[in-house]
Amino acid sequence: MNFNHALRVGIRTGIAFAVVAIFIILTGMVESFADRELLLVGTLGTVILIILGILPGLMAGRTVFQQAQSEEKGTSTTSVLLAGSIAGFFVGLSEAILVFLLANANLRTVLVNATQDLYEVLTFGLPTTQAMLLWLVAGTLLGLMGAALQIAPGRARLIILALFSLWILASLLETEFLVFLAVIALLGLFTRWYTGRHLPSGTPFKQAQWRHKVFFGVVLVVWLLVMTVGPAILGDYWARVLLFVGIYTMLGLGLNIVVGFAGLLDLGYVAFFAIGAYTMALLTSAESSLGLEMSFWVALPICMVTAAITGILLGFPVLRMRGDYLAIVTLGFGEIIRILLLSDMAKSITGGPQGVLGTAPPELAGFVFNKPLHYYYLVVLGCLLVAFVSARLVYARIGRAWVAMREDEDVAEAMGVNLVRYKLLAFATGAAFAGISGGIFASFQKAIFPADFTLFVSINVLVLIIIGGIGSIPGVILGAAVLVGLPEVLREVDDYRILAYGALLVIMMIVRPEGLWPAPRRKMELHESDETGPDIAPVSSST
Amino acid sequence: MQNSASTTRRSRFTMPDITSLALWAFGLIILIWVIFRTVQTVRSGVYGIDTWAYQFVNGSVQGAMYALIALGYTLVYGILFMINFAHGEIFMIGAYAGYFAIKAFDDAGYLDSNPILTLAVCFFIGMLTPLISAVFLERIAYRPLRRAPRLVPLISAIGASFFLQQAARLLFGIRIKVYPSVPILEGSWQIGGVIIRHLGVFIIVVAIAMMLALQILVQRTKIGRAMRAVAEDKDTAALMGVDVDRVIMITFAIGGALAGAAGVMWGLWFKQVIHTMGFIPGLKAFTAAVLGGIGNVPGAMLGGFFLGLVEAILPTALDISTQLKDVIAFGMLVLVLIFRPTGIMGEVLSEKKA
Repeated sequence: MNFNHALRVGIRTGIAFAVVAIFIILTGMVESFADRELLLVGTLGTVILIILGILPGLMAGRTVFQQAQSEEKGTSTTSVLLAGSIAGFFVGLSEAILVFLLANANLRTVLVNATQDLYEVLTFGLPTTQAMLLWLVAGTLLGLMGAALQIAPGRARLIILALFSLWILASLLETEFLVFLAVIALLGLFTRWYTGRHLPSGTPFKQAQWRHKVFFGVVLVVWLLVMTVGPAILGDYWARVLLFVGIYTMLGLGLNIVVGFAGLLDLGYVAFFAIGAYTMALLTSAESSLGLEMSFWVALPICMVTAAITGILLGFPVLRMRGDYLAIVTLGFGEIIRILLLSDMAKSITGGPQGVLGTAPPELAGFVFNKPLHYYYLVVLGCLLVAFVSARLVYARIGRAWVAMREDEDVAEAMGVNLVRYKLLAFATGAAFAGISGGIFASFQKAIFPADFTLFVSINVLVLIIIGGIGSIPGVILGAAVLVGLPEVLREVDDYRILAYGALLVIMMIVRPEGLWPAPRRKMELHESDETGPDIAPVSSST
Repeated sequence: MQNSASTTRRSRFTMPDITSLALWAFGLIILIWVIFRTVQTVRSGVYGIDTWAYQFVNGSVQGAMYALIALGYTLVYGILFMINFAHGEIFMIGAYAGYFAIKAFDDAGYLDSNPILTLAVCFFIGMLTPLISAVFLERIAYRPLRRAPRLVPLISAIGASFFLQQAARLLFGIRIKVYPSVPILEGSWQIGGVIIRHLGVFIIVVAIAMMLALQILVQRTKIGRAMRAVAEDKDTAALMGVDVDRVIMITFAIGGALAGAAGVMWGLWFKQVIHTMGFIPGLKAFTAAVLGGIGNVPGAMLGGFFLGLVEAILPTALDISTQLKDVIAFGMLVLVLIFRPTGIMGEVLSEKKA
């Protein structure tokens, strides 16, 4: 009944989302997605516009709804709908103003995307005034729809959202891949449900442990089957996509050891990837200055070892640093390695900007790996190895020492954890994983350049372990699948990828800092601070 | 970092541990190498006095800009104990805002007829836009995380940094924007074979004026006192009636405005603006802030000038390629953090701040 409040919420949400909508339109997103046709009706560009209209209604409606719930006044449908439509109206209004400005002013001098094409996309071929009116009406209606979605019973909302995402996915993906994805998703959900389930109390520990083992054995076999047969059916394009997912999974699991387990925020992780890749290229390539032409299988362990040694060498100076300082310094190291690879100083060995060409493919008893699918199997093996090692390490003495160190260095040291040794060990293990990944990457790419090893790789890996769930192995795999796989599917996304990552990082940190599939301990830790007192700069930083 | 204090106390009686010994040896080797190369270069006489003076002037101009950006890092770190990773991007926004302002005036012909007014407006817009962006950045990306563990706001800051950089790329395009040259700043003085550009002197003077203004603001005004109180202890300051949120907002605003001014200067000096320009200067300015002792306002100014000079002179002195300029800056950061984490002017940080 509190219409004033609803009005205020509507206006506030509306203005905030109007800014977001205008920003997204002006980045050119709507324009570049306007060509992507969807199943049955519409284009992806239109869908973005519709989402931009529905979302403010949903959010405004939710705010009003929750307010009413917390005051136990019972929800008033009218005020929720009012807030939603007001919010939608403001978004519509902002879009109408944009249309007006596009028609009458020259925005192009500042904003590159304010083109005639954008004007045509936004007016749907109507005259300016009619298009503006249309936006006002459409905005209000979409806001109303969003608010209605908020009021709708939970089950109905879920069904609508599921149908909507299925529609989008079905129009963007091939059927085979959709089926493959569905199988994996179902398996994942099942595993998650099972691991989260409590056994009936009173089950003897031995029996519980045994049941767990059998269950994981079965799940692992099914996973392996799906992962081996799937890409073979799907073809080379998808094998290539999954190959990159695998390479990033390895990188993610490696960084997960350094950041997730040991709590050392390393922003120069790409350095080890680069070392691994360059070692592989220099040792196996016929065109390399070393002229060794080693076999892939001999070179791969060497990649691992060189990367691990670099990890120790770079870890050594930063032993005493914590948190923020460590992040900046490691970032500096990553850049230094790249600059050195590019510089004239090392040109005789690394080839400078031209990189190293002609990396030899792996050979096994006369069989030459030359298709993405072959490399894919190699990567899967690598991932399994890396995942197995990390899974064993967490519960081993080393892993417990790392976690103790992450929680509180001083206490860990007092309890007898040798900080120097375990920090260096964390850096070395993480680097070794990156080294394997880099070696396979170089072998697959055939040619590597310093430009492949920018800071963005480090950030990409960091984002995927954070989105997936820091410290959690299945989380890292999920993160890699979503963040590396998705942009491959949606080619147009590539321009907006880093923008989206940046926004995702901020939003995740605010909404769900533990990630999508969190490690149980991490989740506990991050929600502990919700209840503690007003200590503003926690001393016991987890960094 | 409080470890190092306890180790030094212990080391009077026992042998220092192997790690610090190795680190000191490492530092010593680098120092000897630097001195050796410098002496060699100076003795060989490859570069005349004019080259050294030229590098000195360039370094000072560069240093003035670093110092202005470094102030933003130091102010925020002093209060929130977090590295505002997106500060370099705020600097970039300033450069863009200044560019669009000066370009509009240039197209209208005001740059020739009324240059001082044009420059003033350019600086005003180039400082106001990043100021607003910095306030919004704090409000959206940092304020909700005030109570979270320290890794969380840092990651949020990295995200914000990438977001802002890409937003600039998508909104303004990937083409390099070229600042128009300002006729009244084009000339130069010649003192004994050394050429000093008016533009360089202008940048140094404006930067120093701004730093003095900031020093007065922090030391003499009511808001400055509130800032120092919040930096000392947030809870107590809040109990004493200081609006902590407001003070933090103002801190970000000041930092943003200074970075924006540095952005405009960067544009006038190097003439080019592009969306990736904020990253490296941001890192360098952070290095400068650490050099001066992070959290310390005069330290950041000194650190900025120092870094600018070292970066300009050292490649010449060591006779190495300027490609490795960035390596020198990062190398210095690492060395400072190892051997004197409190910086040139820093106090010994308490456990809470370290």
